[in-house]
Amino acid sequence: MAHEPTDFAAASRAALADPQLRGNFRRAMDGLTGKRAAQFPDPAEWHGVRALAASVRLRALAKLPELLEKLEENCTRNGITVHWAATTDEANAIALDILHRVDARLVVKGKSMVTEEMHLNAVLEKNGIEVLESDLGEYIVQLDGTMPSHIIMPAIHLNTKQIAHLFKRRIKDAESREDAAYLTDLARRVLRAKFEAADVGMSGVNAAVAETGTLCLIENEGNGRMCTTVPPVHIAFMGLEKVVEKLEDVPPVISLLPRSATGQPITTYVNMISGPRKAGEKDGPREVHLVILDNGRSSIYADPELRDTLRCIRCGACMNHCPVYTQVGGHAYEAPYPGPIGKILVPQIEGLDKRGALPHACTMCNACVEICPVKIPIVEIMGRLRVEAVKPGGAVKDAGAKASRTEAMVWSGWAAMNASPTAYRIATAAMGKLGNAAPSSLPLLKDWTSVRSKPRFAARTLHDLARAKGIPDA
Amino acid sequence: MDHQPAPTKPSRVYYFGTCLVDLFFPDAGMAGIDLLQSQGLTVVFPQGQSCCGQPAYNSGYRAEALKVARAQLDLFPGEDPIVVPSGSCAGMMRKHWPDLFRGEPDEAKAVQVAARVWELTQFLVHVLDVHLTDRGEPLRVTWHASCHAQREMGVVEEPKALLRQLANVELVELKREKECCGFGGTFAVRHPEISAAMVGDKLADIEGTEAARVVSGDCGCLLNITGALEAGGKPVRGQHIAQFLKERIHGA
Amino acid sequence: MPDARNSILATLRASRDAHPLTPPASDFAPIDAKRWAPEERLPRIRRLMEAVHTEFLDATEADWPAVLRGFLAREGVGTLLYAPATDAGKRLVEGWGKGPLPPREREGTHGASHGEGEGHAGHGSPDPCAAPHPSQASLGLLPSPGTGEGEMVRPTLIPYDRPIEDLKPRLFGSIDAGLTDSRGAIAETGSLILWPSAEEPRSLSLVPHIHVALLRADALYDSFRQAMNEQRWADGMPTNALLVSGPSKTADIEQTLAYGVHGPKRLVVLVVHP
Repeated sequence: MAHEPTDFAAASRAALADPQLRGNFRRAMDGLTGKRAAQFPDPAEWHGVRALAASVRLRALAKLPELLEKLEENCTRNGITVHWAATTDEANAIALDILHRVDARLVVKGKSMVTEEMHLNAVLEKNGIEVLESDLGEYIVQLDGTMPSHIIMPAIHLNTKQIAHLFKRRIKDAESREDAAYLTDLARRVLRAKFEAADVGMSGVNAAVAETGTLCLIENEGNGRMCTTVPPVHIAFMGLEKVVEKLEDVPPVISLLPRSATGQPITTYVNMISGPRKAGEKDGPREVHLVILDNGRSSIYADPELRDTLRCIRCGACMNHCPVYTQVGGHAYEAPYPGPIGKILVPQIEGLDKRGALPHACTMCNACVEICPVKIPIVEIMGRLRVEAVKPGGAVKDAGAKASRTEAMVWSGWAAMNASPTAYRIATAAMGKLGNAAPSSLPLLKDWTSVRSKPRFAARTLHDLARAKGIPDA
Repeated sequence: MDHQPAPTKPSRVYYFGTCLVDLFFPDAGMAGIDLLQSQGLTVVFPQGQSCCGQPAYNSGYRAEALKVARAQLDLFPGEDPIVVPSGSCAGMMRKHWPDLFRGEPDEAKAVQVAARVWELTQFLVHVLDVHLTDRGEPLRVTWHASCHAQREMGVVEEPKALLRQLANVELVELKREKECCGFGGTFAVRHPEISAAMVGDKLADIEGTEAARVVSGDCGCLLNITGALEAGGKPVRGQHIAQFLKERIHGA
Repeated sequence: MPDARNSILATLRASRDAHPLTPPASDFAPIDAKRWAPEERLPRIRRLMEAVHTEFLDATEADWPAVLRGFLAREGVGTLLYAPATDAGKRLVEGWGKGPLPPREREGTHGASHGEGEGHAGHGSPDPCAAPHPSQASLGLLPSPGTGEGEMVRPTLIPYDRPIEDLKPRLFGSIDAGLTDSRGAIAETGSLILWPSAEEPRSLSLVPHIHVALLRADALYDSFRQAMNEQRWADGMPTNALLVSGPSKTADIEQTLAYGVHGPKRLVVLVVHP
């Protein structure tokens, strides 16, 4: 994630100029949307399970402080050490403390978006600790020195050929073979040695069950299980919204997440961890830590409309279905969470000054809202953030940062024209007469006509035609 | 997004033309009136109307949107349905006006008006149950579904059902019918390159159907798609569904 | 950080109390509606799991160790890690040396028969790691009809009887297969329920290239929720509980499905019919 103010427009222009990248995304997203659709052949089933999953998430939010306390209590009873971090700096410090205490040299990581949010890898590397991403996609991205372009499929922006070149360049003795099976096996060989040798394993959390003190992780590769099973210490990171009340709340979430994300009925592994190795057990980490991160989430929670952002179960389906994401890919957002959920989450975490452009990177087509498995009103929240961006004193960090006097005057003039029938009649008549003479080089028109012909004002408005035809006015 | 219960066929309806139709597609607007009249309805077009307020609403200027929406409220007294030849503007009125007016003194009136709003094809199918007789030459067309018609008004099958009533019209559906064309109101000028890429994909999809015409129910999409078709020198023509249906049933 | 804890919880509580949220009731009926006739469950599990490259073997309570031995021998598997203190582990050892060898099978140098009945098969040989075993790559291939006349080896049994720290090099280096029991399977998604314990370590189903899991044909559930309710999971979870629905897989390289990325390359479900 960039630490400087970001420029979505510039980054997206760069993405659009790369036909390889665009082709990779178009193909991938078409495939994913098709696979998801095939998992929901019965609309009644979809609506029923979706309403259930949404209710599970809403109930968790309704009882959030109590459930977090309960989670802490039950995790502690299970032998899991619970840590709280208000900021990403605090979370990184907690991680470093543990790593220093156990004198860790090598860390293996399963997929965790929260640690992306924390820039944990950079912090560890700065402290001389080797950290290896083990999810294949994350590993590829780490080798490439870039960042994930999708929360579920981090290396979706690269094709097999590009990955084969990367492996050849970065892995000793790699052959130059554009074959997914070969490349996968190569990564297996490299990473197995690391799992064996690692001092600490790290992971995210898909759902934390307050009732039993259980951390649920889902994955296909087995790397998550490796990271949480083999090294002597496991540190799990979660955003504070990831708690659910009961164990029976997990099945609805598990039912929708993989189907929505990648169109598979379930992930290969559903890994439920309720503690470190107990006396008599032969494996499992001797220490398990859970780091609960706030990083702006409690502010999001404060607003009853924005709070729905925290329902998210991070399936990534909104990305797969977003026509803007499909065109520009994940890197253009310069954020750990790209696509629709990123456009509402990132500005709330990082502020509208830095991220005020993101809520506008959207046509409000509602494709994301239609498929969100927990019914987040993404576009309504997007609209609210557009208000916050131009209105000082609002609820969101850096509210009013994008306020512009010129823009405010334009809208005020627009409102005056459209709120008065007389003004409207005069204005539309003028547009009909003079509008077509406007040169295509005018600021907004220039953007419009880059690929389109100039819109032509009709000589007579519908008002005129209706009046002429004697259509009654009342 | 359930359809409101279909009222018994009224004798009189209001027509809200929308600002885009007013300025750029007045013939399509008149065609919609014609279709309603041809079903024996009295169509009332309040001359005081302008815009539903959506442009400001979606740009973060809610007070300005409210001012414009409020100026429309008194134009539709009584109980008669309000028919709109645009899924997007109908969606703004039907779905967002209640939010926009929340806590305002005229909230109840706004809610009452909003509940009477219908998208044109939805009204033709569900309320009027129209049966169209095609008098046109054989023609292959494709349908562009607007995002707001689909997802705010729940209008998906209605326009296609109307097109399928036309004996000489062959409807070939788009591969990615549900995908946005890239208009998105101010999005098209805020992010012209992305919008261009999106409409580029849409054009390819349209051309893939080998249709002579692309028909849609929303003028924002049509401005975008027909503008790009023209600029790209493509032979496919874009047309509003009201105008297309009118031409077919009159044999024009 | 206790300060962080208290201030986060205080903020959340104040926000929630200022704007309480009334969630809709959770109606589990759409999940509970997923039912299959008892005779449909196993075929469905099989179909779903085979679709993601899981392999199935059928056996009875009496002959499963022999069936497993025959399968592993045919596949050229040199070493099988197992949990000696579990019922399944005891049965395995008991049944390992009994019954005729499958055609073309012969005793391996470190064959299990040496340790028969004692649950420490393979022990006593100077170095079980030196037992002949096929290359890792060949294990990732789909079942093949053996490697040729006279090449068959009776796999060596290795008990998981010590902490992972003492087993790691072997576990990651030379062990080909691991055997676990299961607590049943789920028809909706085609998933095995694994319940690791002190006797049956979790890495048994994770690190070896082939994971063999026993599944009793009468321990089948319709859904995840049904299984967790009937087995009363909420009353006490093990340190690690798992659903496993196939061998390890990934589609991270251009959405091309590849099996065996980090976990087992092959998953073999040994269905034990009553």
